[in-house]
Amino acid sequence: MLSQIEGSRAVAETVGHCRPQVICAYPISPQTHIVEALSALVKSGRLTACEFVNVESEFAAMSVAIGASAAGARAYTATASQGLLYMAEALYNASGLGLPIVMTVANRAIGAPINIWNDHSDAMSQRDSGWIQLYAEDNQAAADLHVLAFRLAEELSTPVMVCMDGFVLTHAVEAVDVPSQAAVDRFLPAFQPRQVLDPDAPLTIGAMVGPEAFTEVRYLAHTNQLRALARLPELADQFAATFHRDLDALVSPYRCDDASTVVVALGSVLGTLKDTVDGMRTAGMPIGVLGLTAFRPFPAAAIKTAIGAAKRIVVLERAFAAGAGGIVSADLAPVLPADRELYTVVAGLGGRPVTRDSLRETLAAAFAGRLAPLTFLDLDERLLRAAEEVPS
Amino acid sequence: MTQHVRFYQTGSFAVGNRLLPAEARTVQSDPTRANSLTSGHRACRGCGEALGARYVLDAAMRATGGRLVTVNATGCLEVFSTPYPESSWRVPWLHSLFGNAPAVASGVAAALKARGRTDIRVLGQGGDGGTVDIGFGALSGMFERGDDVLFVCYDNQGYMNTGVQRSGATPPAARTSTTQAVGPAPGNVFGQGKSAPLIAMAHEIPYVATATIADLHDLESKVERAMGLHGARYLHVLVPCPLGWGSDAAQTVRIARLAVQSGLFPVFEAERGAVSAVSPIRHRVLVEEYLRPQARFRHLFEPERRADVIDGLQAIADRNIRRFGLLPGEQT
Ligand SMILES: Cc1ncc(C[n+]2csc(CCOP(=O)(O)OP(=O)(O)O)c2C)c(N)n1
Ligand code: SF4
Ligand SMILES: [Mg+2]
Repeated sequence: MLSQIEGSRAVAETVGHCRPQVICAYPISPQTHIVEALSALVKSGRLTACEFVNVESEFAAMSVAIGASAAGARAYTATASQGLLYMAEALYNASGLGLPIVMTVANRAIGAPINIWNDHSDAMSQRDSGWIQLYAEDNQAAADLHVLAFRLAEELSTPVMVCMDGFVLTHAVEAVDVPSQAAVDRFLPAFQPRQVLDPDAPLTIGAMVGPEAFTEVRYLAHTNQLRALARLPELADQFAATFHRDLDALVSPYRCDDASTVVVALGSVLGTLKDTVDGMRTAGMPIGVLGLTAFRPFPAAAIKTAIGAAKRIVVLERAFAAGAGGIVSADLAPVLPADRELYTVVAGLGGRPVTRDSLRETLAAAFAGRLAPLTFLDLDERLLRAAEEVPS
Repeated sequence: MTQHVRFYQTGSFAVGNRLLPAEARTVQSDPTRANSLTSGHRACRGCGEALGARYVLDAAMRATGGRLVTVNATGCLEVFSTPYPESSWRVPWLHSLFGNAPAVASGVAAALKARGRTDIRVLGQGGDGGTVDIGFGALSGMFERGDDVLFVCYDNQGYMNTGVQRSGATPPAARTSTTQAVGPAPGNVFGQGKSAPLIAMAHEIPYVATATIADLHDLESKVERAMGLHGARYLHVLVPCPLGWGSDAAQTVRIARLAVQSGLFPVFEAERGAVSAVSPIRHRVLVEEYLRPQARFRHLFEPERRADVIDGLQAIADRNIRRFGLLPGEQT
């Protein structure tokens, strides 16, 4: 049933319907509304058989989730930005231990300078942490992806991050069909941990592993994550059958079939991109948009298929690697046939709006083969000059 | 120093004392003991931490009827007990990171509660580094929330696993690899460090206790006491480290005893923030007797005796004795 609801609330209700058993929370904007709503669900008794733990840091949040998951509970937490970095060590640990924790990342920039607004620097910084990363295009996807995330995480025994743009999605009120309890129960079976701390069958979890087996452990983690590439579309089909709506679990191509230029992006900017591209097509420019839901594992084959014969690929990056360039672009480059042109456009850092006008201009330049390999959308030359003039 | 030897050690609490009535023996002399940490692990000879952990866990197993789950911080205990593909643990055991063991234990407790498995109890353990330094935020959070966890710190007064560096539990004047015996004030600085048990008490949790591996009966009974309670509980155990302290592997227990008898390590219990019992010093010794057998204090005696520094340490011991009333009947 569609209802006008804030993104955070939709996610919280959905997570509640996934029957988590331990929720840990440490506040950081723009994640706060999610954990506030969940705390109320638990405290009011609407969500039962669930412990809500108010921890003293994000490091503790992930650590509590690790302990809870290893003890056989479905564990959930949410964070953003500085909080995600603060739990970085525990992120690698959770994936290394193969614990199917699900976490929402309300994507936000990383300081300094401190900035609470949206970009993807936080999640991208943890792309190699061994977590599966799924990015939501809108709040319906944000809600639905959580249901999928628990299922996938538990099937593969690996943690999953659901990334949703901070404020742009978390604080936006739009029509969402919150997955109902009954439907979620049909889709998501009770958690059957692969390994559990149990006095009746004592296990040593987290032993020290040296050079004799470490490579193999990592290799297996890699192949395990790659299994998600095949599993995600299957789960999306099951999801559609249960919830009667589509869910793009890997990639979402939009008007790519006949496109000579394809723009690749993740998250809420896809909406603006599609609008822009619609306008440009009317003006005779066959441009397509390819949204990535999965960033880890990287859906190389699906991207290659979706891109088809398109000659130019523009990657719209909501984060970037200082001293190198585009992060998604770097993953994409080896996937592309040698005859393709790759452009990186860094846009919308620290919450700067990505406008249709600017996009149209940049994409038109790319379409005409006039775009530099790496550009920063709407770079304010006046501010750059001012920075140069500051006496050192 | 010569050690006075007693045949059969009647009246002492030595391991395997068959002259004691069965119920008064230590867990280890009971053939049906849990043996949570089995032999074959790779601790150094004479390791106080290995001894302490074995007693703590076996006592906890006995107290919980075997319904126990453990969480371990990174450190010597973790490393020497689980070199892949071997494990010395016969209890469910989880190691996550160095600085998060109390939080992981909280998570285990929360999971068990949510799953209605409150028959299973949780014990977290770590070294002094993992407890009083890097894990302290997590420990305080666990205390403050009153999570149903007994956390045990095996205090060997330094980061032993990484090569004997100074921790917040390293005593003044002690030589570690980051407080070397060089310069005008060799060894660790005076006036630094913290008492984790006292800070634990400030959280007003149900139970805080200190113990050493010199009195295993006391250690066991404190573990049993702690497991009989619910909520956050803390046990701080002094465990000499022959490698880091530069002491004879055969003298580990004796050195722990001297730490207590000198007053440098007060042994006490506290309930809800107030000291409820202390173990009185039976044969008081000067700190010098405790310091001498340890190479980490050698610079206090060679090339010349540093009376000023030894006096400084004696003053700390004297203060402990006054503060905790460790010498009842003696006016101080
Ligand atoms: C975040 C982090 N920092 C540092 C280390 C390195 N490290 C591993 S064990 C250890 C020392 C452990 O000292 P303690 O907790 O006192 O235990 P002990 O080995 O003395 O028993 C250190 C510094 C680590 N594993 N993780
Ligand atoms: S270094 Fe010390 S604590 Fe570590 S195993 Fe050796 S004796 Fe035990
Ligand atoms: Mg130590």
